[in-house]
Amino acid sequence: MVRRRFSFGLVSRLSSPIYGRSPCSGGIWTPCLGQKRSFMTAKDLVESEEPEKKVTNRINMFSAINQALHTVLDSDPKSYVFGEDVGFGGVFRCTTALRDKFGRHRVFNTPLCEQAIVGFGIGLASMGNRAIAEIQFADYIFPALDQIVNEAAKYRYRSGNLFNCGGLTVRAPYGAVGHGGHYHSQSPEAFFCHVPGIKVVIPRSPSQAKGLLLASIRDPNPVVFFEPKWLYRLAVEEVPVDDYTLPLSSAEVMRKGSDITLVGWGAQLAIMEEACDEVSKLGISCELIDLRTLIPWDKELVEDSVNKTGRLLVSHEAPVTGGFGAEIAASITNSCFLRLQAPVSRVCGLDTPFPLVFEPFYMPTKNKELQTLGL
Amino acid sequence: MAKRMQGIMESIQTLCSGDHGNEGFMQDDEDEEEENGVGRLTSWAELLGFGLAVFSEAIAPQLQCFCDRTLGFAVGQGGSREAWIKAVAMAMSLVRKAVKKGWVGALAPAARVMSQALSTASEPITLDIPVPFKAHKVETPSVTVETSAQELTNFFKTMFIMRRMEIAADSLYKSKFIRGFCHLYDGQEAVCVGMEAALNDKDCIITAYRDHCTHLGRGGSVLEVFAELMGRKDGCSLGKGGSMHMYNKKGGFYGGNGIVGAQTPLGAGLAFAQKYLKVEGVTLAMYGDGAANQGQLFEAMNISALWNLPVIYVCENNHYGMGTAEWRSAKSPEYYKRGDYIPGLKVDGMDCLAVKQAVKYAKEYALQNGPMVLEMDTYRYHGHSMSDPGSTYRTRDEISGVRQERDPIERIRKLLLSNNIATVAELKTMEKEAKKEVEDALSKAKESPSPDSDELFTHVYRKGYGAKAYGADRKEVVVKLP
Repeated sequence: MVRRRFSFGLVSRLSSPIYGRSPCSGGIWTPCLGQKRSFMTAKDLVESEEPEKKVTNRINMFSAINQALHTVLDSDPKSYVFGEDVGFGGVFRCTTALRDKFGRHRVFNTPLCEQAIVGFGIGLASMGNRAIAEIQFADYIFPALDQIVNEAAKYRYRSGNLFNCGGLTVRAPYGAVGHGGHYHSQSPEAFFCHVPGIKVVIPRSPSQAKGLLLASIRDPNPVVFFEPKWLYRLAVEEVPVDDYTLPLSSAEVMRKGSDITLVGWGAQLAIMEEACDEVSKLGISCELIDLRTLIPWDKELVEDSVNKTGRLLVSHEAPVTGGFGAEIAASITNSCFLRLQAPVSRVCGLDTPFPLVFEPFYMPTKNKELQTLGL
Repeated sequence: MAKRMQGIMESIQTLCSGDHGNEGFMQDDEDEEEENGVGRLTSWAELLGFGLAVFSEAIAPQLQCFCDRTLGFAVGQGGSREAWIKAVAMAMSLVRKAVKKGWVGALAPAARVMSQALSTASEPITLDIPVPFKAHKVETPSVTVETSAQELTNFFKTMFIMRRMEIAADSLYKSKFIRGFCHLYDGQEAVCVGMEAALNDKDCIITAYRDHCTHLGRGGSVLEVFAELMGRKDGCSLGKGGSMHMYNKKGGFYGGNGIVGAQTPLGAGLAFAQKYLKVEGVTLAMYGDGAANQGQLFEAMNISALWNLPVIYVCENNHYGMGTAEWRSAKSPEYYKRGDYIPGLKVDGMDCLAVKQAVKYAKEYALQNGPMVLEMDTYRYHGHSMSDPGSTYRTRDEISGVRQERDPIERIRKLLLSNNIATVAELKTMEKEAKKEVEDALSKAKESPSPDSDELFTHVYRKGYGAKAYGADRKEVVVKLP
C-alpha cells in the first residue's frame, strides 16, 4: 500500500487535503467582499505569556499542534491519540508521524462512529490515561454530544469525586473555511459552553495552539479543544520548540486601548484585528481581547477592560442567537451596567444554517464590524 | 437525386455482399461486427430502413429529431408493442407532412422507426448472472434474470450519461466552477441504474452524499445536477444545497445527506409512512461501508425489524471508507450479515442485472416481511472526494484492474454486442449522443445565474411562520424571513 511520509515540522508539499487554497481565489464562486483572512502574529501580542528568548521554528498551526501531540506522547507513556484517519496523519495533517514514532497501540484509527470514539475516550480517561480523541470536523461532533454532556461533564460530580475523566481531550477543527458549506464550517462551541463540567478552549494562532493544547491535555478536567481550520495552513509564526503551556481560563489582551473593548476567539480575531486597525486611523483606540478559554471564561479581565473603556463588542462566527456572545453580553451588562456607555454589541453569523454559496454574506466580516462600531 | 439513389443502392449492395468499403458511417469496425450487422437484416423492411438510414444520415441529419421524438415517445411509454405502434403512426403522420412539403429525407427516420418496431426490442431475453448471490437467513434469488434489448440499451445509455456527467464534474471542479465538496460516483453506476429498473415511482430512495447519479436515476436532469453543483439557480435545490444535497420530490428521492449514517433512521421513517399509508412501495436506505459502523444504523435496523417496515438497507460497499479499507474499520466486513436478525444478500454491484434481480427480490420480500439488507459489492474509480487523489491507500493497478475486469458499462456493452442487440457503430452513436447531452446541459448550467442574496434567508422556517433575521449586531431588522 502506498503511504506518504511527511517530514515532521515542514509544510507538506502536497496539495492540501481540502483547505489549501486562499479563501477568495477563483472569483467565480464567491464575490469576495473584502474577506481576506490574515491572522495575528506573535509580534502583536502586548502581554506575551510565552517564554522569552526561546528557540523557535517558523511553522503553521497544524505543525504546532503536531508538535504538541508529539510532546505529550513523549512525556506521558499513558497517552493515546485516536480518531478517524489519524494514523496516516489526519485530513489536516495534525497527527503526522505519530503512529510511526509511538506505535499502533497508542496512535490508532477508529471506525466511523463519533459517539463511540468519545465514549471510548471517556472510559480510557477514567482509568487514569490521557485520551486525545479527534473528531474529524466539529460538524460531526453531534452524535458525541450525549457522551460529552451526559457522561464526560458529569462523571466527577455524580460519583462524588470517586471517578473522573479529566484525561479526556476532544480535538475538532471548527469554523468557516471559505467553501465548506453546511457540514464543514459550523462553530458549535456554544452548545458545549452550556455544560458545567467541561472546558472549551479555542486558540488563535500556532504558538497559542501548542501551548493551549498542552495545557488542555494536562488539565485534570475534560476539555473540548476547537481548532480554527482556516488557520491550519494560513497561520504561520515563530513557535517555541520546547514544552510550554499557556494558562487556561485566562484571557489575553492582544492590544491595549481605551475607547472600546472587543472580545473574540479563534479565527475571528484576525477580522477584528483588521477592523481595529481601520478605526485606529480615525483615532478610536480599541482594546482587543482573546478569550482563549470559553468556559470557564476570564470574567475579571473582561470586566476590568469594560470598566476602563465603557463599551463592549463581541464577535463570533456562530449564529448570533444563543451564541456565546450572548453569555458575555448578559454577564457584562450585569456587572458593569453603570459603567457602560452603550449597549453591548454582537457581530456574529446570521440566524440561518451555514450557507453554501452565501458564505460571504453570512460571515461577520470586517465591514460588519465597522458598521457596528459606528462608521 | 439519381446519383444519391445510386449511392444508396451501392451501399446496400456493399452491405449485402459483405464488402467493407470505406462508407462514412461504418468506421473502424471489426469483420465480425460487420457480419453480424448484415446477418441481422432478416426482413426487407429492416433492410429498407437500414438503407434509408444511410440516406438520411447523408442528407438530412436534422430530421433525426423527428425520429427521436417518436422513439422517445415509444420508450417513454415503456417500449410495449402498443407504444411502438403508436410511435410508428406518429412517424407516418410526420412523414406525410414532410412529403407534402417535399422533405423526402423524412422517410428515412420513419423507416427506421418502422424497422425498429419490427425488431425484437422488447421481447424478453434471459441471461444468467455470472457472480452468484450470497445470502444470510434468506433464500438466494434465481441467477436467471429476464431482461430485454430495450432495457439493456437503456442501461447502457443511462450509465454512459452518468459516467460522462461525473467526469465533467471532475473537470468543473478542477477549473473551480464547483467549489466545496464533490463526491463522484463513477464506477458505481450499476447500483443506481439496476435499482431503478426494479423500482417504480411509489418507492423512495434516501442516500448519502454520493448522490449525483442517484438523483439522475430518480428523474433528475443533468442540467439540474450541474447547476446545483455550481450553486446556480437552476439546480434541483435552488443552488442552496450543493453536491451533497440533491433532492427530487416527484421521484421520491430524499437526498443527498452530508452526515454519514444519519440518513438510515430517516429511511426507516419513510418506510413507516409508506406502510401506514398503504402505498405498496418500499424505501431504499443507502449507505456506505464506512457508515456501516455508525450506531444509528443499528438503531434503525432494530426498529424497522421490530415493526416490519418495508425498508431495504442498501450498503454500497466500495471497500474504502474515505481512505480506510473495510477490513481496517470493521470487524465483520460482511455487511450483508450485519443486520443479524435481518436477512441479507450480497450482490455483485458492478452488474446491473444482478442489482435489478436483487432489488426486485428484496422489494417483494420487504413488502411482506419487513426489512432486508443488500450489500452491493462495487468500486469507485475516483477518490473519496475531489481532494482525495484516491491512490494513497490503494494501488493504481487495483483501480485499473477493476476498470478492465468489472466495469459496469463495459459489461453491458459486451452483452449488447454478444446478443446482437446493437452494433459497435450504434453504440458509438449512442455514446456521442450522450456526450452531447451532457455537454449541452453543462453549457446551459454555466449560463444559469447565482441565486439571489435574499435566498440566504428563505426556507429557514416554513413560509408564514415568520422569523426575523437581524443584522450582524442584532439591533435592526434587516430582513423579515418569508
